[in-house]
Amino acid sequence: MMAELGQFAIALALALALVQGSVPLVGAHRGDRRLMALARPLAQAQFVLLVFAFAALAWSFLTHDFSVRNVAQNSFSQLPAMYRFTATWGSHEGSLLLWTVILAGWSAAVSVFARQLPEEMVARVLGVMGLVSVGFLALLLLTSSPFERLFPIPADGRDLNPLLQDLGMVSHPPLLYMGYVGFSVAFAFAVAALLSGRLDAAWARWSRPWTTTAWTFLTLGVGLGSWWAYRELGWGGWWFWDPTENASLMPWLAGTALIHALAATEKRGVLGNWTVLLAIATFSLSLLGTFLVRSGVLSSVHAFATDPTRGLFILVFLGLVIGGSLTLYALRAPRMMGGGSFAWFSRESLLLANNVFLVAALGAVLLGTLYPLFLDALGLGKISVGPPYFNAVFVPLVAPVLFLVGVGPLARWKQADLPDLIWRLKWAFAVALVTAALLPLTLDGVNLQATLGLFLALWILFTVLKGFAVRLQHHRGSRIRQLARLPRAFWGMQFAHAGLALLVIGVTLVSNYETERDVRMPIGSHLDLAGYRFVFQGVEEVPGPNYLAGRGTMEVTGPWGRSFTLYPEKRNYNASGMIMTQAAVNYGPFRDVYVSLGDPLGDGAWTVRVYHKPFVAWLWAGTLFLALGGGLAAADRRYRVTVRRRSAPAPATDPLRSAAGEGAA
Amino acid sequence: MRRWAPLLVFVALGVFLYFGLYLNPKEVPSPLVGRPAPDFTLPVVGRPGETFSPAEVRGEVWLLNIWAPWCSVCLEEHKHLPRMVGDRVPVYGLTWKDLDREAAPMLARNGSPYVAAVDDRDGRIAIRFGVTVTPETFVIDRDGMIRMKHVGAITPAVWQTKFEPLLKELGA
Repeated sequence: MMAELGQFAIALALALALVQGSVPLVGAHRGDRRLMALARPLAQAQFVLLVFAFAALAWSFLTHDFSVRNVAQNSFSQLPAMYRFTATWGSHEGSLLLWTVILAGWSAAVSVFARQLPEEMVARVLGVMGLVSVGFLALLLLTSSPFERLFPIPADGRDLNPLLQDLGMVSHPPLLYMGYVGFSVAFAFAVAALLSGRLDAAWARWSRPWTTTAWTFLTLGVGLGSWWAYRELGWGGWWFWDPTENASLMPWLAGTALIHALAATEKRGVLGNWTVLLAIATFSLSLLGTFLVRSGVLSSVHAFATDPTRGLFILVFLGLVIGGSLTLYALRAPRMMGGGSFAWFSRESLLLANNVFLVAALGAVLLGTLYPLFLDALGLGKISVGPPYFNAVFVPLVAPVLFLVGVGPLARWKQADLPDLIWRLKWAFAVALVTAALLPLTLDGVNLQATLGLFLALWILFTVLKGFAVRLQHHRGSRIRQLARLPRAFWGMQFAHAGLALLVIGVTLVSNYETERDVRMPIGSHLDLAGYRFVFQGVEEVPGPNYLAGRGTMEVTGPWGRSFTLYPEKRNYNASGMIMTQAAVNYGPFRDVYVSLGDPLGDGAWTVRVYHKPFVAWLWAGTLFLALGGGLAAADRRYRVTVRRRSAPAPATDPLRSAAGEGAA
Repeated sequence: MRRWAPLLVFVALGVFLYFGLYLNPKEVPSPLVGRPAPDFTLPVVGRPGETFSPAEVRGEVWLLNIWAPWCSVCLEEHKHLPRMVGDRVPVYGLTWKDLDREAAPMLARNGSPYVAAVDDRDGRIAIRFGVTVTPETFVIDRDGMIRMKHVGAITPAVWQTKFEPLLKELGA
């Protein structure tokens, strides 16, 4: 019964989405307020219906309703309750339902929080989001219904893919989708601006907090995905340049470019056309990622079950959304503003440079991800593009961006003074360079990669401090109070940039200085690595809730005599018979010690893989800082101030005036 | 013209994605196709003292199916394999990494789709066949040459479109 109600709720939501995607748009075109007013209640009702549908599916999972095909295929009587709940989005169908719920959630949020916007704008934004929703709900109903029944009813389910039975996987998809789908708001704002012909600073200001929020979620989602791969795949890596990972990295790069371009558009009214194009591109890349992961055009370690009809459906939908919006762009964009002018060296030009490099990096990732497909489609053979390509191409394109991170926030809008800036940053530059050159010498001699990474990270950290110093030098009174008074947008930017520096430190040190050993270890034997001694105590069988684990015991003694025990596992899942490696990690602020079990070799001996990973935690700490920065920036007061001025007319559209007094980009 | 550029780029991309839908990226052509099948002599599962070697079936077209007792797709495939193959060609099994020695009782219990299944406990022979996943099936001709490799379970559709024509061509 629950399943049928859920199915009915989706159908009803589709009907509402059809109205939401048409009537308010017509209303906005004709200036009919009654039609426009439909947008908000429709978006909210759709959200309620989809939450209900989601709850119905979750209920079916929690109560072991194996008559629902999706439950039978992705759950198991012994599966713990937490994973039964998360199994709701463990399949293609369920995750698509989650996607639509989140889309409806963002629409509902726009309908509630966007009070200060002109009614016409709200109607257009929600109308566009309604159209996107139509596509996804139709996909859900026509090709991937999560509520399909199964007869005869199986006695037990096939179990959730063991790879997904992990804490990281519990929160990774919802966060990732919050990011992907959140960019639909930026997209809807861009399309609404194109439709209305008003592409001004006010538009940028409205869409900025939404875009930054979506970016924040995506940052967390990508970071968690990486953390999951690190812990669960047992290879000790944190990024594999797998198509699925690239599918999440590409919208992140585009989104990062977008939030910076929006800053220039909001503050100075420049780069408007480019910003709109980026907003379209960012959401398009989110959709493209969905297509790549679900259609099976690329082979990947963790893709969903594939089906060409489904792929074709998504492709047609992709064509309508992206093709439609780009056509609209081609028709309308040239009529939009040219914007103010800026000198070759100014905050604007630096933001533009940031965008050029980020988009180039994005292009490189896109090319590498799709290259096997291009060649295959042209009949030129089957190849795979691996980390060597991505590392060789991505690093040189991102390094300039990292350098610019140090310069941009200190440069003035409109026209900056280059000699003055060089003079002011000389110490930051010199100290960062010397430290970065000397540090590797104390570790293993000259290492240019490590020097480059460390230099960029230190450069960013020093310039972030310099940014605070510049902000404080013109003020009197207590330093603490001054710091507290700085706008949240400024704090957000500084946090995010510092996070980037931490991330770079983590990446640089772990890729240059990690050590690993892959050895055969009989019981009682020991192994020395990076000052740690590992003693293998054998493997014993330990039953888990829905698996039988071979649990190894590894006693580790650190360089200063501190000792701890790690329990890596090899799990055999009862229902699927899949064997999973569960690495054991001892986390630390300056190093992780990572042990994973290989294969048994008889007589109690096993192959064991041991890693010492310096500073790998900084990678995730950096990601958290990035997200924290995004959250702070999105919560800046000026976005809320306009909320309170509800009765006032639309905010100033004069780019110069809105730029006045606000320093943070 | 410049403002149409993004759309044109997208359309070009869309065309590739469309063709991509009908390609299977997992199907990597095996470099072994057209080469002689690696030779081996391995004990037969469940028949102590007996061994099997490809030399024994020289002159026949035969299938080598790679499977493992812990591979649920393989067990599913076992149920359907005999019905599809019938008695057109003999099917031999290569039991991959059967560390817990479950293969013999499993085949006895469920019925074996193989003329004989050999025991590749340490996976050395599978490496010589370039096995990446289970199940995989090799078609080997009268001269002991590998003519095709299929990755994944053999469904009736796959059997009809990939195996039947090839077996007809090989005269089996």
